[in-house]
Amino acid sequence: MTARLDPEHDGLAGRADDVYEALLVAHEGLSEAESAALNARLILLLLNALSDPEMALAAIATARDGKVG
Amino acid sequence: MGRYIHKRFAYRTPPELSGAAARRYPVVIIGAGPVGLAAAIDLALHGVPVVVLDDSDRVSVGSRAICWAKRTLEIFDRLGIGERMVAKGVTWRVGRLFHGEREVYSFDLLPEAGHKMPAFINLQQYYVEEFLVERCADFPDLIDLRWNNRLVELERLDDGVIVSVETPEGAYRIEAGWLVACDGARSRTRTLLGLDFTGRVFEERFLIADVEMKADFPSERWFWFEPPFHSGESALLHKQPDDIYRIDLQLGWDADPEEEKKPERVIPRIRAIVGARPFELDWMSVYTFQCRRLDKFVHGRVIFAGDSAHIVSPFGARGGNGGIQDVDNLGWKLAAVVKGEAGAGLLASYDEERIFGADENIRHSARSTNFMTPKGGTERVFRRAVLDLAARHVFARRMVNSGRLSAPCSLAGLSLQTPAEVGGGVAPGQVCPDAPLLAPDGKNVFLLELLGQTFKWLALGQVAAPAGAGLPVVRIGEGGFADREGFARARLGWDVLYLVRPDQHVAARFLAPAAAEAVAALRRARGFAAAAEGVAA
Ligand SMILES: Cc1cc2nc3c(=O)[nH]c(=O)nc-3n(C[C@H](O)[C@H](O)[C@H](O)COP(=O)(O)OP(=O)(O)OC[C@H]3O[C@@H](n4cnc5c(N)ncnc54)[C@H](O)[C@@H]3O)c2cc1C
Repeated sequence: MTARLDPEHDGLAGRADDVYEALLVAHEGLSEAESAALNARLILLLLNALSDPEMALAAIATARDGKVG
Repeated sequence: MGRYIHKRFAYRTPPELSGAAARRYPVVIIGAGPVGLAAAIDLALHGVPVVVLDDSDRVSVGSRAICWAKRTLEIFDRLGIGERMVAKGVTWRVGRLFHGEREVYSFDLLPEAGHKMPAFINLQQYYVEEFLVERCADFPDLIDLRWNNRLVELERLDDGVIVSVETPEGAYRIEAGWLVACDGARSRTRTLLGLDFTGRVFEERFLIADVEMKADFPSERWFWFEPPFHSGESALLHKQPDDIYRIDLQLGWDADPEEEKKPERVIPRIRAIVGARPFELDWMSVYTFQCRRLDKFVHGRVIFAGDSAHIVSPFGARGGNGGIQDVDNLGWKLAAVVKGEAGAGLLASYDEERIFGADENIRHSARSTNFMTPKGGTERVFRRAVLDLAARHVFARRMVNSGRLSAPCSLAGLSLQTPAEVGGGVAPGQVCPDAPLLAPDGKNVFLLELLGQTFKWLALGQVAAPAGAGLPVVRIGEGGFADREGFARARLGWDVLYLVRPDQHVAARFLAPAAAEAVAALRRARGFAAAAEGVAA
């Protein structure tokens, strides 16, 4: 289930650039506070869209660990 | 109508001061707040005589706890004042949540049909205490209620306590087998035992005010985040009987409580909510949120219940409601201990079950308080995002937290309960749900009225009830009560046997009960097997 959080997992089906670009575009022209608000809404929407509270908790823990590479 | 008039209860010379021979009492209760009074009635219903000592001579000054939840009302009904409370209280079920000017959403606690008690009523604590005091008078031989009798010292014995009491006529001592400390948040008993609360104090202050006014606000709970009429973080408006409204205003940690209590500060704040309507300030207080409890509630022969054992922040109404659930859990157990009918593990299970309940209440209250008092940038940003999304997204509404209203806690998995095979119906540990029934004599009754406050087998359908265990059987179905509207079958299942505890929690559930199993479950629920099996459970 949390295999989706494995470092090897690529869930964006080859569209990583599209998604990353959309993220930057969404923040364009926003103040720092507006950007922070957008990020917060996005995180909440994604946590809900996961439809899996265990994975949501695991994702939060993984992010908190801050593991790179 | 009109403002509540506090009667003074007469002090009477206690027998110890009028030359009567000293006697030992089975139970003395310290404090005649809602918890102490309810405990006295519960013990009296089990035939245990009690002495109740209270250091004042009247009921609660100020409305204090106003929101009473369905389970608490069911307990009060068992104690004999539930119908009176519902008749006097304001029944409500709709809550509205605002962010600034905007209504974000509303919720409807619409209780399903087929319950005797509503989801919630609002009723001032002084009425609840008044009804309890009057109910105590129904037990003149069992309840000895002593006003203006203050606990000052406590001596602990192996098999009891000696309590030193101060009265207007002088001091006396009284010996008891058990002491139930219901003396509130500043419990003298707790101090005398050198015990302390552990937990959290939140750096936030609230103004709480009761306002009397003629207004057409509906019987709903209105809660604002960042209210347009108040510079603080949140506000709450709730209707009580007698044209009294409860208003809570978050003030911030920097607020000076003494300054904030001055009418010239309070009145403009209220005026901003109620507009031009004439109103009178009935009562107010400034308080700090705390979520704290004792490490253990049972200390030898001294048992803590209510605010003396735990305190929570008020949003969610878990203070008063939690205390009454303590009583519900303790009454039958202490009565069984006094009568010598309890297993060794029974009183320990009060600690186990009510600490579990207190922690649940503390967890919910702490989360509400966190949501209402965001600390710093990120918490505020997330709260704002939740409130923004909540206008359209159901999941975000579930994150908005202005108080998770008191719900009965499940005792599943704790020592007294016998785990059941998976299957339909009510799991052991849950409160038995209510259902409207038809008695063989044609009268309408509710299931919880039939269960009362002693162990019962509850048999639905054809299932056999074990003979020989000496318990009364409540049967729904052929040869028993008719399931008038089908609620019993829908909520409890059919061809199933339950063992229901005196506090109406399910202790065990059987589809095909073997007599030995059922009797073992009963022994366990009476605290006999708990010590051995509790660890593994
Ligand atoms: C200002 C305020 C506002 C509150 N608002 C809410 C609310 O909105 N919602 C909610 O759910 N709860 C609220 N509460 C909490 C709620 O009132 C308590 O949870 C509830 O009263 C607990 O009942 P109790 O019987 O344990 O204690 P209490 O009601 O405090 O009763 C304790 C009793 O013990 C007596 N006593 C104390 N010391 C001694 C002594 N040495 N000897 C003899 N008797 C003694 C006192 O006189 C009192 O009668 C509020 C409390 C306060 C103080």
